[in-house]
Order: sequence, then structure tokens, then C-alpha cells
Amino acid sequence: MKKPLFIACILGAGLTGSAIAQDTDTATLEKGRYLAAASDCAACHSVHGKPEYSGGVSFSLPMGKIYSTNITPDPEHGIGRYTEAQFSRAVREGIRRDGSTLYPAMPFPSYARMTDSDIHALFVYFRKGVPAASVATPDNEIKWPLSMRWPLTFWRWIFAPTPHKAITRTAGEFTDPQLARGAYLVEGPAHCGACHSPRAITMQEKSLTADGGRLYLSGGAVVDGWTPPSLRQENRTGLGRWREEDIVAFLKTGRAETGSVFGSMTSAVLHGTQKLTDEDLRAIAHYLKSLQTADQSQTPWTYDPTITDQLHKADLSSQGARVYIDRCAACHRTDGKGYPAVFPPLAGNPVVMQTDPVSLVHIVQAGATLPAMTAAPSSFTMPAFNHKLTDQQIADVVTFIRHAWGNNASPVSAEEVEQFSKSMPPSDMADDTPALN
Amino acid sequence: MVKHIDAIIVGAGWAGSIMAKELTEAGLSVVMLERGSERTTPVEGAYPESIDELRGAIRKRLFQNLSQSTLTIRNTMDQTALPYRQLAAFLPGEGVGGAGLHWSGVHFRVAPEDLRLRSAVIERYGEKFIPEGMNLQDYGVSYDELEPFFDKAEKVFGTSGEAYKVQGKIVGDGNVFSPDRSDNFPLPAMEDTFSASVFRDAAKNAGYHPYSLPAANASRQYTNTYGCQMGPCNFCGYCSGYDCYLYSKASPNVNILPVLRQDPRFSLIPNAHVLRVDLDSTKTKATGVTYLDTKTRKETSLSADLVILGAFQFHNVHLMLMSGIGKPYDPISNTGTVGRNFVYQTITSSRVWLPPSTYTNQFVGAGGAGVAIDDFNSMNFDHGPLGFVGGSPVWVNQAGVKPIAAALGAGGGGTPRWGSAYKDSLVNTYKHSLGIDAHGSNMAYRDVYLDLDPTWKDAYGQPLLRMTFTWKDNDIRMNQYVVSKIEPIARAMGATKMNLVHLNAGQPFDTRTYQTTHLGGGAIMGENPQTSAINRYLQSWDVSNVFVIGSNAFPQGMGYNPTGMVAALAYWAAHHIRTTYLKSPGPLVKA
Repeated sequence: MKKPLFIACILGAGLTGSAIAQDTDTATLEKGRYLAAASDCAACHSVHGKPEYSGGVSFSLPMGKIYSTNITPDPEHGIGRYTEAQFSRAVREGIRRDGSTLYPAMPFPSYARMTDSDIHALFVYFRKGVPAASVATPDNEIKWPLSMRWPLTFWRWIFAPTPHKAITRTAGEFTDPQLARGAYLVEGPAHCGACHSPRAITMQEKSLTADGGRLYLSGGAVVDGWTPPSLRQENRTGLGRWREEDIVAFLKTGRAETGSVFGSMTSAVLHGTQKLTDEDLRAIAHYLKSLQTADQSQTPWTYDPTITDQLHKADLSSQGARVYIDRCAACHRTDGKGYPAVFPPLAGNPVVMQTDPVSLVHIVQAGATLPAMTAAPSSFTMPAFNHKLTDQQIADVVTFIRHAWGNNASPVSAEEVEQFSKSMPPSDMADDTPALN
Repeated sequence: MVKHIDAIIVGAGWAGSIMAKELTEAGLSVVMLERGSERTTPVEGAYPESIDELRGAIRKRLFQNLSQSTLTIRNTMDQTALPYRQLAAFLPGEGVGGAGLHWSGVHFRVAPEDLRLRSAVIERYGEKFIPEGMNLQDYGVSYDELEPFFDKAEKVFGTSGEAYKVQGKIVGDGNVFSPDRSDNFPLPAMEDTFSASVFRDAAKNAGYHPYSLPAANASRQYTNTYGCQMGPCNFCGYCSGYDCYLYSKASPNVNILPVLRQDPRFSLIPNAHVLRVDLDSTKTKATGVTYLDTKTRKETSLSADLVILGAFQFHNVHLMLMSGIGKPYDPISNTGTVGRNFVYQTITSSRVWLPPSTYTNQFVGAGGAGVAIDDFNSMNFDHGPLGFVGGSPVWVNQAGVKPIAAALGAGGGGTPRWGSAYKDSLVNTYKHSLGIDAHGSNMAYRDVYLDLDPTWKDAYGQPLLRMTFTWKDNDIRMNQYVVSKIEPIARAMGATKMNLVHLNAGQPFDTRTYQTTHLGGGAIMGENPQTSAINRYLQSWDVSNVFVIGSNAFPQGMGYNPTGMVAALAYWAAHHIRTTYLKSPGPLVKA
């Protein structure tokens, strides 16, 4: 039962010091670089303007603020003194070199199912492919007694699978090799569930894999002001009407005919998924399309031209119609169809129909920028409207688009908009982080 | 310290951006220097700030800051030139994208005979037909040679239009005077505005040949050859003077720079005002350029194997004069080449009022959209009995009338500029009128030229460029003739009133009102180093590792808008740099 871990330890022990130096063949290093992108390590361990992977990204948790660590090969501040076994334990089991437990902001319960060979490549990359940066990690701002880490150990024991368990449990999950590859990427390195799956009150993801039930990837709680939508097959609020090629285009370029990336996912596409091969992206899409719907109550969305006809007749009697015409229709059009892959459609867009309207309100308030991607160099901006529209106007226009064109989501009140303005994320335009080509 | 790169490009407009893309594709490291500020569409073009008319076309956000550098202007050689201190007659751009960011988007090819106008005029009318003092010249390049590069540019710009002939076959209701194309336009023509459709019908009924203007305003969403995306135009009317928030109007910023900025071989330095091209002691080889950081006022020299001048037309000429590239033109002896054949365009805008029951919806429009006739352009009509060279397309190009412009444009010509009569006129003009332009050629003359001003200097201590320009009899008569053809068309449109505007005999060039930014010549291309500054590949005859790309190459001002021609010439020059020059650097044509 402990065999794979045991083997990993032996491997790790054998690979210290000069042994590592010999084991830097390019293929392994490049595989590691690819896996680092697939695992989106940069999203949490890189800060714009600082050396890559030198940590310092802050996470606001209910008990205080924590910072991601330096994972460059710097011996003092980074992972320069980690053996491969120690590295593997940190990544897959959440156990630091000193034996204490990592905060589960690090998605080790997902990484647990990564193969030994992938962990090895990742180790080689972080030791040899990333320049060492002597950057100290800021101290976490959590007050005693919550700063004690030992309760985390219990959490880990209860909720995090061991690599052996995770790997053996998922081994026979799919016989179709494309589905199996998709499952491995989504459930493992890409750790999609960390945001897109609901968590229990004790903060563990309610399900870590496809066979763990229909809550897996059924939509998560608000992260940084954005609500991760369901990645399952709900017709209105999930990926039910997204084709595999839409998912591939979305992950590769941040833009698809069905919608464009925004919020926290922008970084995941920018630093992560756009670097994956088309084959892996197709595997991910194929796997996501195989997930059954979690909410079976949704009637299929069909386009309803009523509002379009009204707008074409200059009938602005619907609540929010005037704001929509003045502020939104230039790009998203009176028919709500936008110019897909340039300006996203609002008609039938799952984000527009999400039960929780916070993402939608935040986009209107803070704006959104689609940065340049390697395969799609154009960058597009939606301006912030928080200074241009009142809470009531934002409520009206958001309510309008949630009802128009066959959309059927609940109305939004000015009070909710005011409430959401407190958690409004900073505008993408606040710094030069995304490449604004 | 001097940093070495493969190629330096001066100016981040169309010419520079095309050259940068081509040269990085060829594997060269490229540094592009732009005098103005950085501009990216997601930032500068963000809606709705980008369409603030006061900030935009009125206070001229995207244009050259004349308080730092300008030129001096006089009509004739016996006058003293004075600085052009307020932007009016023409509007050079400044900042990344250059004039390619603030342009309208009319994207023509060229009338083939305009490329060999001297030969064509002589063939048809004899050499004596050319008036005394007119420096009529051929480009030294043919339409057939340029065709692949027009095609390439249209696919980068996402040009909308209706073709007439593709590979010898008539394919559509395009311009019957236009030459054969290797391929259709990448996008269908823009829809006619109401005013354009009225003009189309009237012109057709009069026996002319109306066609949709080729527009680099995307009629559909489009992904170009470089993977850059455009949104479709919604006729908002904020083209000229604005960065298009819909990404519909082609610009270097939307169509080329996004992909260039991802290329590690490319770097762009904004706020870098190039003072001169540095030459070696023989004055036949450029070693690099020296520029001034306009923020820090620090001078920096960069060394390079290849220098591309891709600044605005007269800035290219100014840089050549400041650097000692080529021999300055002397109008007295009619020798020298740099500053020679400075040309403009002969443009007049007439207005026609339709009955009060007819609404022209002038608030809609697109800079490149419209309907034109070419029946009086280029060599498409018989100049013999008329006794002038050149011609004009005539068009309705409703580009969208903005509120302040509408208010400023109303009144005058017998109507008060204030009070209720002014208001009535404003409303009537805005609701029921339309404009018809004669957008014509302008010939080159021995005493119309560019040189360095003996008195005035810019903020950096360099002499200003001096422009000596006025209207000449040939072009005034051409304009009068073409405008006379507008009247019957306007009558057929049902005009209740018209204000036909043409140049008058002896009328001097007036810098105070906007005419066009289509300046040309001054460093023209040609086959003879005695009468041209650059050869047919736009390579300096004198300094072979300097190429000068832009409308400065045009020997005459043509009736068409110049951007399409500039883009094709850039791709043409780049092609020959890539296929010939880089393999064996040196003159591509023996002098």
C-alpha cells in the first residue's frame, strides 16, 4: 500500500546533490515547464514585477492573510534545499520540509494524483529551469492561536488523499485514453476543482474527482470577487451549450464564440492553459463534456427576439433598456449576440445567468480586459462603469441582460450592487499585468 | 554607450509597423522609435472616453504637438515663411500608430496610369501638353508589380469593398475603372448610408459609374493574416481623429502591433524624437540614429545595419535634410532631390440640401464608407480639350457629423453665425444636407518644394522644415471642371439648395481651414537619381542602407487617398529587402 511513496522516497534520496545535476536532460526539463503551466503554479507563486515564482501572492482568508512561498531554487528563501522526496511531499501531500502542513490554498489534494514521473519533471524544472531568486516570503498575518499549524495536519489527514490513494483510485476511472488524459489534467495538475467545486464548511472540496458525485465542478464559492461557474453540462449556467471546440478556443486564446475569459480565470489562461497542446486541450474539453448536469431543473435556453424587436423599434420601456442602449449595445449589440470572440455574447451566456450575480455586477463595475494571448494577440477592454453609472442603473442594466433574449435569471437590486461594490476587484487596467496589445 | 541592432525604424505608423513586421519575420532584431507616446487600443481606445469629441477632433488628442516641432509655410519663394502654430489645413499624427491611428480608413489601391503619369500624358497628348514648370514624373514601378502587395495589405487591414475584376473576370459591381485584382476584398463592401445611396442612384442615372469606396473599416468581424482581430463597424462616426473602440478601423495598433509586441526581436521606444541618421565619413553609409528622449531630454545613439525612415511624409524629408542624405533640392537651378516635388491634394467639399421630408441621418457614418465615381479621375477622361493634367474622384463619404463639428460648420455663406437663423440653419443642415467632395490630384511644380527654414528652430534646436506651396492654374482648373460635374448629379438627387465649392483662379493655399492631411512627395521615388531621392525600391540613391517609406515617395499627389499606396510600397520595399538586399547589402539599382 505504501509502495509508490516508498519508491518515491528512494528515488528522492538518490537524486540529491550531484545526481540532480546529471538529470537535467532537456526533455524532462521541458516536460516540467509544461506541467508547471498545466498546474498554473505562476498564478499563485508569481507576482508581476518580481522574479518569476518568487512568491508573495497574498490570500485573504477568514483568519487573516497568508502569502505564497518562493519556489525558485534559492537555497535560503526557495526550495533549493528540498530533495525530490521533500518536494513531492509538499506538492502532493501538503507537507513542508520542516514537517508542518501547508495551508490548503495550495491545491495538494488535487496534485496528489499526479504521477511520480510528472512530479520528477516538475522537480527538475523548478531546480534547473527556473532562476534562483533571493526573495523572502512575507510573514503570514494570522494571529495566535489561529496561526498554529497543527490543526491543519488533522485537516490534511481527514480530507487530503495520499498520492497512493489518489492515483490508485482514479486509475481505472476511464478506459477511453482521451477521457483518462482529460480527467488526469482537470482533476490533477490543472486543479480546476479548487475554484470550480463547492467546498464544505470545513473548506475541503466536496468532491475531488468525476466519480465523486455531481457536485464536482458544479460551481464554487466567490474567489477574489468572482464566482466560478459550473463546468458541468447545465444548459443555462454550465457548459451545456459549449462545444468541445469552444472550450479548446477558450482555454487556448481566452475567447470563444460562447464567451470570453475574465476575472481570476484570465490569469489561469494567460499563465496556464494557453501553453497546453491542442491535444491536451481537446482531452480536457472532451472530459468536461462528459460530466453530467448537476442541476437538472434547467429548461434549455433558446433565443427570444422579443427584446431585440423592442430595441429595434426604439421601445426602451423595459427596465434597464436605456442604459443598455447607451452603454452596452455598441459592442454587445441590440440583439445581445455581441461579436463572438471579439465582444462576448450576453444572450445565452452562462455567466449572465448564474444564480449569484456578483461576477456580472463586478464586470460592469470594474470592467474587464482580455489580454493578448500567444495564439490571439489582440487585447480587448470593457471599461469600468462604477464611476459612470449609479447603483440603480447598474442594477437595472444587469437585470435587463439577465432577462433579455431568453435569459431567465433573477433580478438584481441596487442594494445588492452597493453591497458588491465593497468587494469589487481592482480593475485589470490598474497595472500593466496583462499585455495590452 | 552605443547599442547595436539589425534595423532601426523611425516612426510607429503604418510604414514603420509593416516594415518592422516584415524585418522581424526575416529574423532581424528591430528597434522602432516613435516621437510621441505609447498608444494601445485597449487603453486609449476604451469606450466611451475615446469618442469624446472635445478631447478628440476638436482639441486634437492624436495629433502632432506643434509647440515642440512644426514647419514654416509660405505660398511663394519671395515670401518669408512663418511657423504653422495651430493645426488646421493638415493634421500630422503623433504617438504610436501615427496617422494610421487617426485616419478615416479610405483604403484605395492606385490608378495604374497614375504610376506612369508622365509617360501616359505624353503618349496621349504629347510632351507639350505638360505645362511649363510642372515636374511631371513616373514612379518607376508598375501596378502589376505592386498588385501582390496591395492584396497583402488589404488582407492585413481587413478591407471592405466590392471588386470589379478578379483575375480577368468581372465579379461584381465595383469600380469599372479599377485594375484587375488577384483576389477579392477580404470583406464585403460597407453598407451605403442614405446619402451615399441617393448619390449612387443619381450618378448612375447620369451615366457615371458609382462604386463603394474601399474601406479599412471592417464590415464584418475579421481576423487578419497576423491573427489580429477586428470588430465590425457600427457606423458610430468616430473614425477620423479617434482610435476606434470597436477595433473596426484598421490601424497599426489594431492590425500589426499586437503581434509585433509579442516578438522578442522587436522593441518599441516611445517618446524618442529622432534628431538625425548618423552617417559614416563617406556619407554613403548610415551607422545608426541619434534620438532625444523627449521626457528626459537625453540624447542616445543606436547603431544599426539598416535604417528605415517611416515617419510622416515631411518628417522623413526633414530627417534626410538634417542628416545630409541626398542633395537638397534647389528650385533656382532645378537640381538636387531632397525637398523636390512636394505635393498635396486638391480637395473641395460642396454641400447639398435635400427637401425637409428627407433625412440624411448625418450622425451615422464611417470614415471609409461611401460611394464614389472615378469618371473624372486619373486618365479616365479626355483631358485634350480641357488642357489640364490630373483629376478627381467625386464622392459622398458620410463619415459621421459630430455635435461640435455640426455646430461649428453651420452658418456662414449668407447665413448668420448666431441667433435663431443660425439655429434654423444648423438644424436644417444637420438633418437634411449631405456633402459631396472632389478629392483630386495635385501636380508637382518647380517652385513648390521643401527645404530647411533659415530662421525658425524647433524646441530641440533644429531648423524647422519650410514648405513653399500654393495652388497652381492647372490644378485650379481641374478642380473647377470636376466640381462643375457635381451640379447635375445634385439636381438629380433632388437638391433644394447647393453650395458648390471650388478653387478660384489665383487663390493661394490657405492654412487656416482643414483640407486634407494627404501631403506627398519631397523625397520621391523614380528611375533617375537626378530627379528622385529614392529608387524604385524606396532605397536612398545616396545612402544605400537607408530606405524611406511613405507618401514622400509620390511624384504627384493622386486623386486617391494615399494610405493604401503607402502600405503597398512598404510591403514592396520589404519584399526586395528580404529577397535581395539582405543577401547582399548595397544599392538595389545602379545609379
